[in-house]
Amino acid sequence: MEMARKCRIDIVEMVHKAGAGHPGGSLSAIDLIVGLYGTGFRFKLDEPNWDDRDRFIMSKGHASPAVYSMLHNLGIISKNDIDGFRSLGSVCQGHVDMKWTNGVDFSAGSLGMGLSFGLGCAIAARMDNSRRNIWVMIGDGETQEGQIWEAAMAADFHKTGNLNVIIDRNRIQNDDFMEVQMEIGDIGKKFESFGWKIIEIDGHNMNEITKAIDLATNDLERPCAIVAHTVKGKGVSFMENNPSFHGKAPNDDELRLALEELS
Amino acid sequence: MSAPSTGGASRDGYGSALLKLAEDPRVVVLEADLGKSTKSCLFRAEYPERTVSMGIAEQNMMLVSAGMASSGKIPFASTFAIFTERAFEQVRNGIARPGLIVHICGSHGGIHTGTDGSSAQSIEDLAIYRTIPNMTVMHPCDDLSAEELTLQLLNHNMPSYTRTARNKVPRIYDEESVKKIKIGEGNIIEDGNDVAIIACGVMVNEAKIAASKLANNGINACVVDMHTIKPLDGKLINKLAEQCGCIVTVEDHSIIGGLGGSVAEYLSRNKPTPLEMVGVNDRFGESGDTTELMSHLNINSDAIVNATNAVIKRK
Repeated sequence: MEMARKCRIDIVEMVHKAGAGHPGGSLSAIDLIVGLYGTGFRFKLDEPNWDDRDRFIMSKGHASPAVYSMLHNLGIISKNDIDGFRSLGSVCQGHVDMKWTNGVDFSAGSLGMGLSFGLGCAIAARMDNSRRNIWVMIGDGETQEGQIWEAAMAADFHKTGNLNVIIDRNRIQNDDFMEVQMEIGDIGKKFESFGWKIIEIDGHNMNEITKAIDLATNDLERPCAIVAHTVKGKGVSFMENNPSFHGKAPNDDELRLALEELS
Repeated sequence: MSAPSTGGASRDGYGSALLKLAEDPRVVVLEADLGKSTKSCLFRAEYPERTVSMGIAEQNMMLVSAGMASSGKIPFASTFAIFTERAFEQVRNGIARPGLIVHICGSHGGIHTGTDGSSAQSIEDLAIYRTIPNMTVMHPCDDLSAEELTLQLLNHNMPSYTRTARNKVPRIYDEESVKKIKIGEGNIIEDGNDVAIIACGVMVNEAKIAASKLANNGINACVVDMHTIKPLDGKLINKLAEQCGCIVTVEDHSIIGGLGGSVAEYLSRNKPTPLEMVGVNDRFGESGDTTELMSHLNINSDAIVNATNAVIKRK
């Protein structure tokens, strides 16, 4: 969990420095991302654009600080890069963008599109007889987009066992709790009814995360959905389960408090 | 699979080009339950393993195409022109913004589609795709040119949208003359000095008919097939403006933002020249026979003759 702690520090510092960004959904997702990169995810540190790498498609692109912090702690992008988050000309654009950042496999920002993109990557990998695994992370609020279900249906039809989705089930979206905005109910059951294999986990328990990733990686029969129950803002007490930190930067005092809690 | 129609429907040219493109193993085809109509069915019949059926789900199709493009494939995705519009933001954000080379074909464009009525008659597709940075936008006039332009997309380095039409029209090109056309370069079909009639798609044929009517009245019209709306061939437009002193644009599309809009933007910034636009005048279509509709909406050869007479007076 040391890696995740370092990433959390990067996340709050990045968002504070930029004066904008999405700390809540970054902090809920980071354990999952650290777990993914640490569990057999095939990539090359010195060749981030290696053709036959596994893909990580961050569909909830506003949680870009989580991705940048991971890439920084892997050494793919620099401290200087993450310090430039959201500033003019920075490789760390507001939302993750494959055109701007080494190691980023998708240009996100508009919700609902990443699962379809991952499906395209998965079909292409199969056509090439490649063992590439395709990982997509979506938010739970994001499942309100109809395109998610178009992709879920098509992944079953095309039997893309090399496609896996991780759902960051933090129960909060931009304006408020999902139960106020548009509760989706049992996401796992919904994906299951679309033909997916479902794995439900505590999205902050590294043991459960790595087991689930292993399981999904080795199941090539069906696409797998890992429903990861998380806490929005996890790791910073005043951000936890607090809708107002979905898209708000901490001020100076809040940053100091956050760093105290994370050190 | 319905038998492919023979002759001059541009969708047939798209279908036959896909078959020829199959030689390149990177080429893949995506369809959304309209393969029989767009003619991607020809590719699917021969290469099912490289055809991805997406069902009636255009938004998903656009992003699946993008994912495949990011993995080394050259996707050709097609459906009706109007239904590509449903996925406009997916094309904008998922394909063009990261610069992924996906080639979209929207068939059954324009009111030429006829009796299906206004819900199926895309008259704004050229306009909307033209607004996307680094997107090539084309509308070929017959099957031979549609095939040639589609073949050229194999080595094209940006995403594209090509509108094809459902109905056969007389061929503008033959096997020989079509070899000269190039993406991004307008083509003079008939030369003349009194007016330049710049047309695209099925309206190139109407422009030719109008030119022969005008010739009977002593007016020599230059007829141009402007198959590429973006990037627009400004060099040719400049030359036509100098040569003829007035221009008529002709399209089976709204007069807002399509070929007419593009030419107007170019002329007003570079070489102010009297211009008249023949196109759908800011209204929706309706059901009807194609010829009836073209007359009803004022986008046939008579409308071109009238526009020419008006624009020549403004010289």
